[in-house]
Amino acid sequence: MSPAIEVANLSTRFGDYWVHRDLNLSVQRGEILALVGGSGSGKTTLLRQMIGLLHPTQGEIRLFGEPLFDGNVERERNLRRRFGMLFQYGALFSAFNVFQNIAFPLRELRTLDEDLIHELVMLKLAMVELLPRHAWLMPAELSGGMVKRVALARALAMEPELLLLDEPTAGLDPDRSESFVRLIRMLGEQLGLTVVLVTHDLDTLAALASRVAVLAEQRILALGTVDDIMKVDHPFIRNFFCCDRAQRALQNRICGECP
Amino acid sequence: MAGARITLDTDAEGRRRLRLSGDWKLMALAPQYGRLAAELAAHAGDAGLAWDVSRIETLDSVGAMMLWRAWGRRLPMQLVSRPDLATIFERISGRQKKHEAGPAPRSPLEWVIIVGRLALSFWRHAVDMTALIGQLVLDFVHILRQPRNMPWRETSANLFKSGVRAMPVTALVGFLIGIVLSYLSALQLKTFGADIFIVNILGMGIIRELGPVLVAVLVAGRSGSAMTAQLGVMRVTEEIDALATMGVSRSLRLVLPKVAALAVAMPLLVLWTSSIALVGGMVSAQIQLDISYGFFIDTLPKVVPVANLWIALAKGITFGMLVALVASHFGLRVRPNTESLSSNTTASVVTSITIVILVDAVFAIATRKIGMPI
Repeated sequence: MSPAIEVANLSTRFGDYWVHRDLNLSVQRGEILALVGGSGSGKTTLLRQMIGLLHPTQGEIRLFGEPLFDGNVERERNLRRRFGMLFQYGALFSAFNVFQNIAFPLRELRTLDEDLIHELVMLKLAMVELLPRHAWLMPAELSGGMVKRVALARALAMEPELLLLDEPTAGLDPDRSESFVRLIRMLGEQLGLTVVLVTHDLDTLAALASRVAVLAEQRILALGTVDDIMKVDHPFIRNFFCCDRAQRALQNRICGECP
Repeated sequence: MAGARITLDTDAEGRRRLRLSGDWKLMALAPQYGRLAAELAAHAGDAGLAWDVSRIETLDSVGAMMLWRAWGRRLPMQLVSRPDLATIFERISGRQKKHEAGPAPRSPLEWVIIVGRLALSFWRHAVDMTALIGQLVLDFVHILRQPRNMPWRETSANLFKSGVRAMPVTALVGFLIGIVLSYLSALQLKTFGADIFIVNILGMGIIRELGPVLVAVLVAGRSGSAMTAQLGVMRVTEEIDALATMGVSRSLRLVLPKVAALAVAMPLLVLWTSSIALVGGMVSAQIQLDISYGFFIDTLPKVVPVANLWIALAKGITFGMLVALVASHFGLRVRPNTESLSSNTTASVVTSITIVILVDAVFAIATRKIGMPI
């Protein structure tokens, strides 16, 4: 089976500045891959290129073995329905309530009946651990953690095989962020999702990622499990993983796993 | 991707069996949803039917929910399944159907509620508007005592944006209206041989009435909407809250400069637009009625008492302040969503124009004995 995402010889240029040069990355089905890197290293850019919001300057990206852009509108639309994206600030439609937000992609299919959509929305709400009465709230009335949950429910509405998360825990307090991470991991296992996440947060990284890709110097500097990555001797990786805070986060993970 | 299939057959012991196979997931189901749902519904009532789902290749919650509904929200008596599918049904069955009623149910006295809500919202607007004006008066007193707190920079920026930048468009509209008015009047006056009264008509009409109202409508559409949208977005992005946190009064820093700037800019714009409109009228009168520029300019002060000019300037100041006040009032009411932003911007422009025309009528009655030629 072809990998979920395949990035081949990707180069991106903003003005005179090369963000990526000859970048190669392949995301296997069913894995949870974390993209890490310093500010401005092009993590979010890469994520946006994977879902076709940005065109790479050179190179190609294939999702499930199919190219993102080839001019066939119908096929591109169907391909887009196979992944869900959780934006950093949720990107909920502010004029719609929670129910309408989650129902929106389903209604766009124009074939499902309202009753089924209602049940599916309620199921998705329950999956992200929200209560049915939350369905009638407006996005402005939600707390930060609830916004993320609703956005996740909307990303899952189309039953995607691939889920992309941009800073899933940014702006959440440690308690909320921990329960959100738990939720993502649980859903990932239940639904057999492939997950790609961009994060700065080591706790999130340690708790979720099955593999880590380090983005620096315009390419993928290292790719492997957290333990593999920590063995790589590079100033960025040393800084990122080996300060006290990082050690503590990774220590917690090990302790968390062996009660 | 194999589509979802339903086949009905009979096994060795003569029991009827419904076999489901293929991909039961959203992307495969959606194109043929209507047909499949009808087919499932047709088999649903059949109690003696055995369901075989073990041949299903992929099942997601949409497919599972479809089957679940066809089964009447419980597993059928005779079901051939697989463990991995069973967990999916389990997930769905965990959530019993509670018919969460939608948003509140409709009351038969809906219209009473609608009328009441309208009256209350009108009342709330009036109260908020009064509070805003009161706050501005307090701010003004504060500025008089401590002039260094006056936000000069913001006022000047607003003056430039809503005054100077509005000059080309108001000039263009004024000039064209002047020409049209003069041309239409000239056609009528010619038939009576009353050519020279064109100066009276244009002078009184434009200076006293048309100039101020025209400018007010243009400024309400141009600057009023911009002010509402600006305040609205600042509200959405919590900038107004940030200002309040730093101890900066929003009325002093955001509303007062707008009101002050329009109170200064509007009378000047009225003067400018009226002059250009008169020039337009003069050009048209020269072409149509052969009235020379010199005669026009010479006659104008004689037939239009100067009091009319003061009335026009007073209208300009009043309208300017009203447009800025209404724009700020609606801008500060924006709730953090796009719908509220657009509806408040619309309401701001419509209300400004309506209020300007209402106040213009009040002006017309209050000044009916002033500035009329004897």
